Amino acid sequence: MKKLLTALLLAPAIAMASGAALHLDKAPDVQGDNAALQSGARTFVNYCMNCHGLSYVRYNRLTQLGLSEQQIKDHLLFTADKVGQPMRIAARPAEQKTWFGATPPDLSLVARSRASGDGTGADWLYTYLRSFYQDEKRPTGWNNTIYENVGMPHVLWQLQGTQIMNGEHKLELATPGTQTPAEYDKTVADLVGFMVWAAEPEAGFRKQLGAGVLAFLVVLFGFAYKMKKNYWKDIK
Amino acid sequence: MASNTNFEKYKSDGSLQGNLLEWFDARFPATSMWRGHLSEYYAPKNFNFWYFFGSLAMLVLVIQIVTGIFLVMHYKPDASLNADGIPVAFASVEYIMRDVPWGWLIRYMHSTGASAFFLVVYLHMFRGMLYGSYRQPRELIWIFGTLLFLCLMAEAFMGYLLPWGQMSFWGAQVIVNLFSAIPLVGEPLSIWIRGDFVVGDATLNRFFSFHVIAVPLVLLGLVAAHILALHEVGSNNPDGVEIKKRLTPEGIPLDGIPFHPYYSVKDIVGVVVFLMVFSIIVFFAPEGGGYFLEYNNFIPADPLKTPPHIAPVWYFTPYYSLLRAMVWPLFGIDAKFWGVVAMGGGVVILAFLPWLDRSPVKSIRYRGPIFKTLLTIFVISFFILGFLGTKAPSYAFFDVIPGAPVAQILSAYYFLFFLTMPWWSKIDKYKPEPDRVTM
Repeated sequence: MKKLLTALLLAPAIAMASGAALHLDKAPDVQGDNAALQSGARTFVNYCMNCHGLSYVRYNRLTQLGLSEQQIKDHLLFTADKVGQPMRIAARPAEQKTWFGATPPDLSLVARSRASGDGTGADWLYTYLRSFYQDEKRPTGWNNTIYENVGMPHVLWQLQGTQIMNGEHKLELATPGTQTPAEYDKTVADLVGFMVWAAEPEAGFRKQLGAGVLAFLVVLFGFAYKMKKNYWKDIK
Repeated sequence: MASNTNFEKYKSDGSLQGNLLEWFDARFPATSMWRGHLSEYYAPKNFNFWYFFGSLAMLVLVIQIVTGIFLVMHYKPDASLNADGIPVAFASVEYIMRDVPWGWLIRYMHSTGASAFFLVVYLHMFRGMLYGSYRQPRELIWIFGTLLFLCLMAEAFMGYLLPWGQMSFWGAQVIVNLFSAIPLVGEPLSIWIRGDFVVGDATLNRFFSFHVIAVPLVLLGLVAAHILALHEVGSNNPDGVEIKKRLTPEGIPLDGIPFHPYYSVKDIVGVVVFLMVFSIIVFFAPEGGGYFLEYNNFIPADPLKTPPHIAPVWYFTPYYSLLRAMVWPLFGIDAKFWGVVAMGGGVVILAFLPWLDRSPVKSIRYRGPIFKTLLTIFVISFFILGFLGTKAPSYAFFDVIPGAPVAQILSAYYFLFFLTMPWWSKIDKYKPEPDRVTM
């Protein structure tokens, strides 16, 4: 019976492994590393926020990453007047649709919605942002190995350089960018870390609180169990 | 609770100089209810692990109501788009998650509570099957329970539309469309349910109304009926023997103990263990690996973009598999209609269990190998049906064994288990029941 149960519990894992899975690179976990998250925020504001909003995140929420309101105002606040406002973009969805074929989505929750049986949303984003290659057949000149015929051009190409698809169907760096491959991976890891944080800014506190709640419940269990034993000692 | 026939008790002059409780008892059955349902409600002393889930279901109901009250204060059932092009309903959920103090906790408790409710209720129902708790004289408790299960499904289904994500929208679209398969009235019926030709703002508003008012009212009424019926006949137990057969000279069951304090203190232990499991999910894995909060539901509803794979939440998947198993248009009626019949029938058939089971004993402890074997297969096939319900119909185990025919065979087994029960439950071997309960 136990073996059977184990088999049943493992069935979904086996099934998922046997499906046509995307191979995703594991995104480094940078949660709690404020320097990394601040660098991710800078990359996001400078590169992503021309097209993508982060409309559920208020600018002053970035104080959670160790920035002061003055620092936010001086370096990051380009699309709003007040730090209490959300990280919106100038809305021009119709034009965007003409340019890219689709309106670029708001990215507040992308790190959660891109999760799947293949990996976390962070893994998907980390792989995606490192998988652009030059493709003359596409209107933007770019294609992506894990998101075929993607509408988005490679916004970070100056940093990464230009990748091409070689004869063995592998990506190859044709022209280097301003960053080395290792530096670029770190830039993307920080950016993805920032998006993971933005998808649920309370996640860190949630886990901390959870540890406290569980510790309390363990103590409460001790008392509850003792009380039950005491009341029931005469019941045979 | 018979009304008070003792005239002496009504003579209190209403002053509070005497005993306040006496004043109350003359006007409201406070003490008699306390005694009848708690301190002098005699429950069998041999309850085991499986008997925690009734009180836990009540606890989850309270969690859902309390967290629900606070969610309604901030949630907006509005499908129109805000300045950022995001549906107001979807954005209001994120507003709760980010800007409402403790909103994330309230919301995760509610979303985890939905899954916890079904988990606890499935285990509670399975207990009934193990120990024959549906048998005479508890048929009505079981029927109320089946109705509760139906209500819970309706409640969960309508609640799932409210976050207005892709799965909310397309799940509702698929399920409401099913009604259109009913001959003659189907098409107008599905439009009447939606209030529109597609799931839209009208649907969202009426589902909200049903989710927060109508269905909870019915649920609470049924819970009261379920418990009143239980306390009228008394609880069953793992041995399936009636404790009221053996009484003390005072008329108290020999094997009974007062619910309070014995089971109240015992249930507190169960509550704490449950809260541990619940907290682990709420605080460390609120998405439940995509099974409690589906990943696609973090994308706002888009009526123009059908997701490649629409799967219900885990607790509906066994019944979703029954629905998909029907692929034959019988009697010239669309296969979809028979799918609806299979899904509905799969729940309704449970209500007939008291009359399908012909065994002379109630508990699995004294039932024979046929029951044990068939029930084990039933449980396994229920799990496999649930698993297949999360997959696309084209799914194959290990890329070899196609899932669709497996689901059809197991669906047939689901119904045959019940329909042939009058026969196999009669010919099975049985051990004699003991006179008294065993600890």
